[in-house]
Amino acid sequence: MATLDRILDRLPLPGFLKPAVTGAHYGVIGDFDTPEDLLRAIRTARTAGYTKLEAYTPFPIHGIDEALGEGRSPLGKIVIVCGLTGLTLAVLLQWWTGAVDYPLVIAGKPLFAFEPSVPIMFELSVLLSAFGAVLGMLALNKLPQYYHPAFNFTKWAGATNDRFLLAIEATDPKFDAAEAVAFLDAAGSRHSELVEA
Amino acid sequence: MELNPPLVTGGMTYADVTEKVAAITEQAPPKQWYVALGISMLLAGVLFASLGYLVTTGIGVWGNNSPVGWGWDITNFVWWIGIGHAGTLISAILFLFRQRWRTSINRAAEAMTLFAVACAGIYPLFHTGRPWRAAYWLFPMPNEALNMWQNFRSPLMWDVFAVSTYATVSALFWYVGLIPDLATLRDRAKTRIRQVIFGVMSFGWRGGARQWRHYELAYLLLAGLSTPLVLSVHSIVSFDFATSVIPGWHTTIFPPYFVAGAIFSGFAMVVTLMVTARYVYNLQNLITIKHLENMCKVMLATGMMVGFAYGTEFFIAWYSANPYERYAFVNRAFGPYWWAYWSMILCNVISPQFFWFKRFRTSIPVMFVLSIFINIGMWFERFVIIATSLHRDFLPSSWGYFSPTIIDISTFVGTMGLFMTLFLLFLRFLPAIAISEVKGVLHQQINEQKGVAH
Repeated sequence: MATLDRILDRLPLPGFLKPAVTGAHYGVIGDFDTPEDLLRAIRTARTAGYTKLEAYTPFPIHGIDEALGEGRSPLGKIVIVCGLTGLTLAVLLQWWTGAVDYPLVIAGKPLFAFEPSVPIMFELSVLLSAFGAVLGMLALNKLPQYYHPAFNFTKWAGATNDRFLLAIEATDPKFDAAEAVAFLDAAGSRHSELVEA
Repeated sequence: MELNPPLVTGGMTYADVTEKVAAITEQAPPKQWYVALGISMLLAGVLFASLGYLVTTGIGVWGNNSPVGWGWDITNFVWWIGIGHAGTLISAILFLFRQRWRTSINRAAEAMTLFAVACAGIYPLFHTGRPWRAAYWLFPMPNEALNMWQNFRSPLMWDVFAVSTYATVSALFWYVGLIPDLATLRDRAKTRIRQVIFGVMSFGWRGGARQWRHYELAYLLLAGLSTPLVLSVHSIVSFDFATSVIPGWHTTIFPPYFVAGAIFSGFAMVVTLMVTARYVYNLQNLITIKHLENMCKVMLATGMMVGFAYGTEFFIAWYSANPYERYAFVNRAFGPYWWAYWSMILCNVISPQFFWFKRFRTSIPVMFVLSIFINIGMWFERFVIIATSLHRDFLPSSWGYFSPTIIDISTFVGTMGLFMTLFLLFLRFLPAIAISEVKGVLHQQINEQKGVAH
């Protein structure tokens, strides 16, 4: 197993290794029982003046974007650009191959017309839009990213199971480790701790 | 009577949902799984042997002849593609309609879509006889061998684009849905190797609120894109027939009729598979009788649509006053293929009528047997459309009959083996139920119950 570990650790994956920083901190993470407790804690934290907050939850929670003050995702714009690219490509492909590069009269039909081109125009628009949606989502989320300091939280496994975590990040101008731990505990966290970067 | 019975029963908590679903991938599978996998892999072996024989000999090993130039190959292609449609319907269309009952069946149904499309793809690919050359026959790929381009005015080219787009988008949709659940498996991993595999596969997903924000929109957009896509795929498949001038094929009813039939057969396959998986893995609290009953209702509705289409076809054949069209339909029901036609009517029109009764809709054995009947019926529908329309050409001198060869049969049975092999591996190694989505439904359910209590 030790050899396997060494091989796995050397995989050239983005951010797979922990960066060699010591003493730095990611922030303080608190551990809440329910989505409602988490939402309440976020609102209290925002009222208390914290700005660098992030929540980690096992499923998307309605209203969390508003609580964190996040707007609408720009993904839709990426997708429409991809979709229109697909549409244009489909028209150019069918027109250029059929009417310019290799014109061949078949059953007396016109070399290029919109009507028979519609199915492929539609399919390529959908294909490129779907790639735009998936790759755009990954890019906006900065994924793949295999190392993240939040994973250092001792009770991290709850974040993808049944716990609702709230992090006050160290980059917050108001950040003070002891204060943040006390704040999260007071907000209903079952376990709050300072997490290494 | 409860209007909205709970979709997660047995008082399960979030952790129970994780445990129940993830445990399937972490423990040794039950004995039946090995038996099923053994049989499936054997059949998949039969498929590869048949295809190997076809490639080394020629497509004459199939029973296709003149005038029946399209035989079981296209029948099976359309059948498999149709089965795939239920997966996308459940994952995309029911998602847009906010049908929350879809959540515990969508993952497995989407996997079913992918594997069904993979099986379907085999047929046109191998019907070319030289599948290694198919890339530049089917796709606009510049090459030295042909030095020409495809005819994009042909529905066969539309079909290539529709099916390959469908396969790709379904795979993307399925994988995006898997990401959070793969992260759950990563965080539960007891061994380093599992941790790394699921870590890599989940792209390092953290479930941060900012990640969910983009993720949810991506999921919604994919659902929105897949909805017209799934309707277009079987419409375009039907164009292969409808844009020809063959009596029995040249009808405008084909696109909606094919789509309804696809959903009908796909739901039947989902019921066949889910009833089995639910029994083997004890998933009664996640795949409840309510889920199964809803699927029976969908089968009843789409079965009626298909039955209505059969009637409409006959009416239009008579009303058109076209003697060839009339002959094609009379021949369909009373000609040499009468047995196929009436099997189709029995399986597709008569058998779903049992679902009018709640007793049958909620009975597992009844729905299991009927779902198999429907699968058989929908295969006959495609066979009837293809073989009966072709076998009697305009000139009686070129009339013929299609009989499958042993290779036709072994290839078809083999694709079922491939399908089952892939599905069993999926059940064993990946979360078969969308963990994070079920938790979302459970959260809503908990809040509703609290609301009632107040």
